[in-house]
Amino acid sequence: MSEKTGNILRAALFLIALAFVAAGVSRGEMSTVLRKAVTVCLECIGIG
Amino acid sequence: MADRRRVIQWIALIANNAYLKGFAEGRVYRGSLKSICVPGLNCYSCPGAAASCPLGALQAVLGDYRYKFSFYVVGLMMGFGLVFGRLICGFLCPFGLMQELFYKIPSRKAAGSGARWLRWGKYVTLAVFVIAIPVFFRGDLGIGEPAFCKYICPAGTITAGLPLVAAQPSLREAAGGLFAFKVFAAAAIAAACVVIYRFFCKFLCPLGAFYGFFNRIALYRMSCDGNSCVRCGACSRVCRMGVDPSREPDSAECIRCGDCLKACPSSALGAGFEFVRKGGAKDAGECARG
Repeated sequence: MSEKTGNILRAALFLIALAFVAAGVSRGEMSTVLRKAVTVCLECIGIG
Repeated sequence: MADRRRVIQWIALIANNAYLKGFAEGRVYRGSLKSICVPGLNCYSCPGAAASCPLGALQAVLGDYRYKFSFYVVGLMMGFGLVFGRLICGFLCPFGLMQELFYKIPSRKAAGSGARWLRWGKYVTLAVFVIAIPVFFRGDLGIGEPAFCKYICPAGTITAGLPLVAAQPSLREAAGGLFAFKVFAAAAIAAACVVIYRFFCKFLCPLGAFYGFFNRIALYRMSCDGNSCVRCGACSRVCRMGVDPSREPDSAECIRCGDCLKACPSSALGAGFEFVRKGGAKDAGECARG
């Protein structure tokens, strides 16, 4: 992969990543993560 | 390099688990930082965890009846991968440090770096336990279970399950067959880490599998200068991840520990973030062709 191709690919993927984060935040995924993370995850610890 | 790496690993471990009060009280942190994911594997049910584990967060969203994909978590993981690649595994992952500490326990060490086909295990874990089961196997309420956390993740058992079950009598009473299975699985993985360097990273870690895709294009990369390389093989001999850095400096298996950089007698290998990289060559495949 040439340096130019690599830079274009990287920039495109960065933009996609930013768009993904923005889309996820706008549809409330952050609160889903928060809700799960502030209580003890029973599956994680082997109870649930 | 190794000493500097160890210091960074400890700082990352402490920063990831900075809620010390949680250890004293046997409770998890409930602040808003938990809506953000850290780059490495660090269970959000660990009493000290100050933010969320990306794998736990991903399964939580995928398993939610409202979603079939997590733009937020995948976007964050892509961002981490594009900047660091598997430098995260070598420097920032708390469970990576724990595995290296297990490996320090005196014992007979396994020769070689393990069967290569077994390394597909981490991609299977990612596809089946992190993605497919939470998305496609939903209960009556439409909620998918976080299968990786529930059946495999040793970090959850060691850093969250054991401390919380020890601290909370109600959890102790609730602990049954699943808890026993998870303790057994975590013990088996820890024992494997004693004899095989970073056993979990090599064969099971879905986060390493994901970040491995980015090693070739991340801002942090390695390269090899074919004009300087004397083809002595020192780099591949010293690599405990089974990589030949002179042929594949950006291999998906490379955790960027830097052991090969120190071993190279001719400074042919270089590593660093794009634009500030020292040594090596701009063209990553140069040694192999030279």
